[in-house]
Amino acid sequence: MQRLQAHLDHFRRLDDLAQMDSTIHRLHPAVKIITTLVYLIIVASYAKYEVAGLLPLVIYPVAMIILGRLPLGYFAERMLFLAPFILLMAIANPFLDRAPLIMLGGVAIAGGWVSFASIILKFLLAVTAVLALVATTGIHDICAVLMRAGVPRILVLQLLLLYRYLSLLLEEAYRIEQAYLLRSGGHRRGIAPKVWGSLAGGLLIRTFARARRIYDSMLCRGFTGEIHFLRPASVSAGSLCYLAGWTVFIVYVRFVNIPTRLESLFRGVFG
Amino acid sequence: MSHHTIAVQDVRYNYPDNTQALQGVSFLITHGESVALIGGNGAGKSTLLSLLVGIVFSTSGSVNVGGLKMTPQAAADIRRRIGMVFQNPDDQLFMPTVFDDVAFGPLNLGFSTEQTQEIVNKSLETVGAAHLIRRSSHRLSTGEKRAVSIASVLSMTPDILLMDEPTSGLDPWSRRQLTGLLQNFNHTRIIATHDLDFAMDVCERTIVLQNGRVVADGPTSRLLRNEELLAGSRLELPLRLQSF
Repeated sequence: MQRLQAHLDHFRRLDDLAQMDSTIHRLHPAVKIITTLVYLIIVASYAKYEVAGLLPLVIYPVAMIILGRLPLGYFAERMLFLAPFILLMAIANPFLDRAPLIMLGGVAIAGGWVSFASIILKFLLAVTAVLALVATTGIHDICAVLMRAGVPRILVLQLLLLYRYLSLLLEEAYRIEQAYLLRSGGHRRGIAPKVWGSLAGGLLIRTFARARRIYDSMLCRGFTGEIHFLRPASVSAGSLCYLAGWTVFIVYVRFVNIPTRLESLFRGVFG
Repeated sequence: MSHHTIAVQDVRYNYPDNTQALQGVSFLITHGESVALIGGNGAGKSTLLSLLVGIVFSTSGSVNVGGLKMTPQAAADIRRRIGMVFQNPDDQLFMPTVFDDVAFGPLNLGFSTEQTQEIVNKSLETVGAAHLIRRSSHRLSTGEKRAVSIASVLSMTPDILLMDEPTSGLDPWSRRQLTGLLQNFNHTRIIATHDLDFAMDVCERTIVLQNGRVVADGPTSRLLRNEELLAGSRLELPLRLQSF
């Protein structure tokens, strides 16, 4: 029972975080979206055995979290929740690619383990950056920027409504689960597999009915299939500096392997 | 005909399973009237409200709002004149913040960013919820949600206000606030409710529905004293008229 409630709370918390006020929150949404996009492209562009080169990129999401005054625990919890999915994606690598690739403290590390670490690191960086973007900007402002950037109206609408629908789905699922567990004798853990089908059907019908009522209320307030957003404020000089600064840093990190440079430097000084 | 008038003539409505929800309902509501729509569960109150805003369309008969006949083509125009406050505020508030929810209507009507901001501030002030403007809608209490729902409708400057069970889920304080608010409105109002004390405070006229038919239509002060009529509609005398 608590798990669905926790997911719903986490989901709603994103909206609450987006309403906070901080240096990052005050930046123009477009600037944050472009920076995150550049970041994601760069993270994805690294070769499959690259781990050390990715490490300096941790600075961007960490800076977003600190300057955006976002709770670190929230991000840690979300990562733990996603951990099984990430592991599932990378778990085959150590078994398929067993050829030794690097020596670490006298121990040979197989290529599969290195690519395993690389995938996990890339995933963590990407998810943290996107989560930090949503938590400091809000889905509404992100959609407003996408619309102005020329993304097809129907796609933006789908994104916005899907986001809302997820929250409805969780709410209704929580109610159904609560009703079931309260009448299941109290000794049962979870929902018995034999009722999964009927509960899932009930959930679908309930969320459809709820979505229908929300749609009706939208129609009553002049909705004609098009979402209108407020005209965003103009881009400030600070926002432009943020974009330029981070873009330069991210691209620099991509082409200059800072950890290797530092290693050479240390070797030069102390070696 | 005034923008604020509603004429319903012999309206019938069947659900898809052919259950007759409304069986020949007729009434005329004129400018500035405040009308309570009462009746037991399943009497047809919510269906009637849905017909008035074009969420569903009558099987036969006619609905005329401010001189416009309700048809699927005219529904969008009619909805500009009618504001509907839904029974469950969670169905009405779906945007991330109170501001976004109240701004949704004006933006759809084509108001500029500056105009919308002004309208949102004014609407929230009217319902005493200006302090909630930056809050997340789902974090509000039921009373606050109700106030914001009303603001989200007022922001479209409707001529006519429809409300479905506005006092449900409200604590006595919030209910009193709502009563005071509605007493000060000049809109034509139709309020579907089971709360007959609220109806006495806010509506001078009452329409009683029973099994999809209008069984009484007249002054609230008279109809809500008629114990026999109310009992036939699965209702009871307002608490203030009951002797303990």
